[in-house]
Amino acid sequence: MVHCQTRLDATFAALADVTRRGVLEQLGDSDASITDLAQRFHMTLTGMKKHVCVLEQAGLVTTEKVGRVRTCRLGSSRLEEEAAWIEQHRQLWSARFDALDKLVDHLKYKEKADAQRKRR
Amino acid sequence: MPKEKEGSPVATNRTAVERKSDHELVVTRTFDAPAHIVFEAWSKPELFKLWWVPESAGMSLLSCDMDIRTGGTYRLVFRHPAFDQPMAFFGTYREVTPHKRIVWTNEESDQGAVTTVTFEENAGKTRVTLHELYPTTEALDEALAGSAEGLPEQFAQLDKLLANRS
Repeated sequence: MVHCQTRLDATFAALADVTRRGVLEQLGDSDASITDLAQRFHMTLTGMKKHVCVLEQAGLVTTEKVGRVRTCRLGSSRLEEEAAWIEQHRQLWSARFDALDKLVDHLKYKEKADAQRKRR
Repeated sequence: MPKEKEGSPVATNRTAVERKSDHELVVTRTFDAPAHIVFEAWSKPELFKLWWVPESAGMSLLSCDMDIRTGGTYRLVFRHPAFDQPMAFFGTYREVTPHKRIVWTNEESDQGAVTTVTFEENAGKTRVTLHELYPTTEALDEALAGSAEGLPEQFAQLDKLLANRS
């Protein structure tokens, strides 16, 4: 029941491209500059910048510019964090609402019993 | 954002949690009772105490002050044997409309959410929708990040206990 629609859309769009998947694999081994990545994937700097930008927007990659070099690394897996957090939330509310369910049932029968007593 | 369809195939007694947008979280559940009963369980402190802190979590409610009316305030203090300090949750009721709606603030931090709970009755059942609106995207993201980094977020200790139980 977990929907993180916007983020999932961004993630899947980012992963739909073979070069971007390659970039993620590469960054899984080590951080790299955009220039490194462009060379490794035989691309122009501008082309690689665009790919990195898409990955960055999906939260899959973070970049940091030091001097003239922009270094890319894998982003923290926000989707996993988010899913875990939402699951914790769900468990809390599930437990609460299960208890509320029981209480509400009890109140409902009590109200019915009271109404019947009044009618007699 | 695609809106959730009304009457989507959710079993009545399922609790659903959904991140609606970058700063909104929605929890829904349907109860097999009319709205005035669900509202009563939510708005009378002596009843509220019976379900807000799930027994299985091992938590105890040290105190529960609720002045349920528009403009009223609340303060809940919990204790758990695993933690030295009791935890306090407090805020203000922005709106209390009997059998329909309660809106409250969470003022433990300046990044606290505004929570709106609505009660919609249909054919003797009540759909409860709890909507948490964080002031900024960053506040909800922080809550997310917080859960991964030692859990400083307000409900985190409670959440963790529940998560570890299963």
